[in-house]
Amino acid sequence: MNQNPYQEMDLLRFTTAGSVDDGKSTLIGRLLYDSKSIFEDQLEAIERSSEQRGDGYVNLALLTDGLRAEREQGITIDVAYRYFATPQRKFIIADTPGHIQYTRNMVTGASTAQLAIILIDARKGVIEQTRRHSFIASLLRIQHLAICVNKMDLVEYSETRYREIVEEFSTFASRLEIADITFIPISALHGDNVVDRSTKMPWYQGPPLLHTLETIYIGSDTNHVDARFPVQWVVRPQTNDHHDFRGFAGRIAAGVFKPGDDIVALPSGFTSRIKAIETFDGPLEEAFHPMSVTITLEDEIDVSRGDALAKPNNLPSFSQDLDLMICWFTDKPLRSGGKYVLRHTTREVRCLVKEIRYKVNINTLHKIEEDFTIGMNDVARISIRTTQPLFYDPYKRNRSTGSVILIDEFTNNTVAAGMIL
Amino acid sequence: MSDYNLNHIQQIEHEAIFVMREVAAQFEKPVLLFSGGKDSIVLVRLAQKAFHPARFPFPLLHVDTGHNFAETLQFRDELIEVTGARLIVRTVQDSIDSGRAAEETGANASRNALQTITLLDAIEEFHFDAAIGGARRDEEKARAKERFFSHRDEFGQWDPKNQRPELWNIFNGRKQPGEHFRVFPLSNWTEMDVWQYIATEKIAIPPIYFSHDREVVDRGGTLLAKCDYITLQAAERYETRRVRFRTVGDMTCTGAVESPAATLEDIIQEVAGARLTERGGRADDRRSETSMEDRKKHGYF
Repeated sequence: MNQNPYQEMDLLRFTTAGSVDDGKSTLIGRLLYDSKSIFEDQLEAIERSSEQRGDGYVNLALLTDGLRAEREQGITIDVAYRYFATPQRKFIIADTPGHIQYTRNMVTGASTAQLAIILIDARKGVIEQTRRHSFIASLLRIQHLAICVNKMDLVEYSETRYREIVEEFSTFASRLEIADITFIPISALHGDNVVDRSTKMPWYQGPPLLHTLETIYIGSDTNHVDARFPVQWVVRPQTNDHHDFRGFAGRIAAGVFKPGDDIVALPSGFTSRIKAIETFDGPLEEAFHPMSVTITLEDEIDVSRGDALAKPNNLPSFSQDLDLMICWFTDKPLRSGGKYVLRHTTREVRCLVKEIRYKVNINTLHKIEEDFTIGMNDVARISIRTTQPLFYDPYKRNRSTGSVILIDEFTNNTVAAGMIL
Repeated sequence: MSDYNLNHIQQIEHEAIFVMREVAAQFEKPVLLFSGGKDSIVLVRLAQKAFHPARFPFPLLHVDTGHNFAETLQFRDELIEVTGARLIVRTVQDSIDSGRAAEETGANASRNALQTITLLDAIEEFHFDAAIGGARRDEEKARAKERFFSHRDEFGQWDPKNQRPELWNIFNGRKQPGEHFRVFPLSNWTEMDVWQYIATEKIAIPPIYFSHDREVVDRGGTLLAKCDYITLQAAERYETRRVRFRTVGDMTCTGAVESPAATLEDIIQEVAGARLTERGGRADDRRSETSMEDRKKHGYF
């Protein structure tokens, strides 16, 4: 018998997108409640609140609204993170509100997610925001979508209605790049097909949502091919025991590194060989994404924060001129010719926006080539030039080495998320 | 390991180590907030891991309410000895004596809120620009909205409605002079994760986390340990119960739970079956629905 069953649990990060009244908060409340992740004091607190508000039932949506302003206004302001676990998996939910600053919140939630739950109201079918949510999931390269057709109780659990929606969504989704889409008819309010199988929809043969979340295979989503190691920090103990120790600390962005591997330091181009992969718990035979390790090299070459290690036979792209898809996060519009601070892996440079190529209508996926005003929540393709070259991979190939953020030089605010094309 | 997958504890461990290193790289004078509680003990272990074989490049700061469990102080001093870390202690008592803070009065008086003043003063005194804390998003609803890198203005205030978006693992620690950051490497950890980590890593923790006999007073459902800082009210009396603590804070507001859990495995079993949140025993959180949010806005941990 295994003494530590939790040693076998893995982790799934998913995001839920939705807007007012589509049942998102109720669904999360239901997942937490039915998987027994809600504590008595939390439940008592929301029972009291529900009563005060005159809801007439225990409003599970209240579990997810944390801030005073959210409770007062009955809206969700910001991305909130929730946690629950089953014996198979631990789950991190990035719960993103769907109205004000919706793109900003959804993009933030989606940036670390492996799966997105998209809710469709069975009465309304595929609407503008369904398309918007799906597009953002696809843009951020979320590999798995769980499409929950919710409020099935309000359409008499009709298989015909469900089939119509599946058909409608599938037609739309053929224009997106998402590998794996699962459809589930549910009622979050009554718990149908959320944790337990519904008895009201015998025509549905698939598993309930939680089972899908527990079993969906995510092992192949990671890039173990292109070895990339952005250096975060140089470890130099300068003690008697480790007088000459010089190790490069960082998190492996992709691929596998082993002692003896030939490496190239970027941007210098110096080559060496990995001497050891050090950790507090002893040296490792190999290290892979997303491990944080310290690498020592056979030769004394100049490497510092912002540099990267890769392998001579598989180098990243290297350029000062980049094309990005960006999501804009702030009221002050993006300026063509504007200068911003750019962060990419552990590197910081400045960049100049050379050209705004087009804006995307995120509801229809059409390109807009006559309006170059990029404001809050807009998605656009731009060309930039950086002060120093970046060594990168296309975002499609590698989320870590293909993503950047833009920062306003004066306010220090993060103003855009960018995905390198 | 062979199929290149990490379990959930390993994943959040490697994430936290990454965050620790980002702090060292992005800030000039970071500090690690050390309370003697299990979360800050885990932080110290992660800091050791992040910079091994070097010492971690920041001191520990203990904001001392003066209402400590003796076991916690002893544990703290032993840990400093073992790790060779530098410890800075700033006391709420000094803040009171210098007129910067005023003691609460009444039977439920606590120094919990006063810690904010002492903390912000220490940040100013040493020009710390990043304070690493052990707060977790699962602890409390206002904390569910926290970033890993959480910006504080020149008054130490948190503005939850206007936070910087945090994308992928790219952390934006840029700031104006006088501003600072709070950084939470354990953001994605749950209480269960912390216990499982302590068990797998065999990390030493103060004995008050384990079941023991102690004189306590039942005040409004919270079991408070007998100490000099608590004034008994008319109908109250101390009685000996078999208890342990789920969190370790100021003695005047940290409630014990009745428990026979004497080992880490017992505690993990107990946490798995727990029906109350960890902070359910914290009188400081019970003051109002949004007491944590209100304290955090003013600069609390």
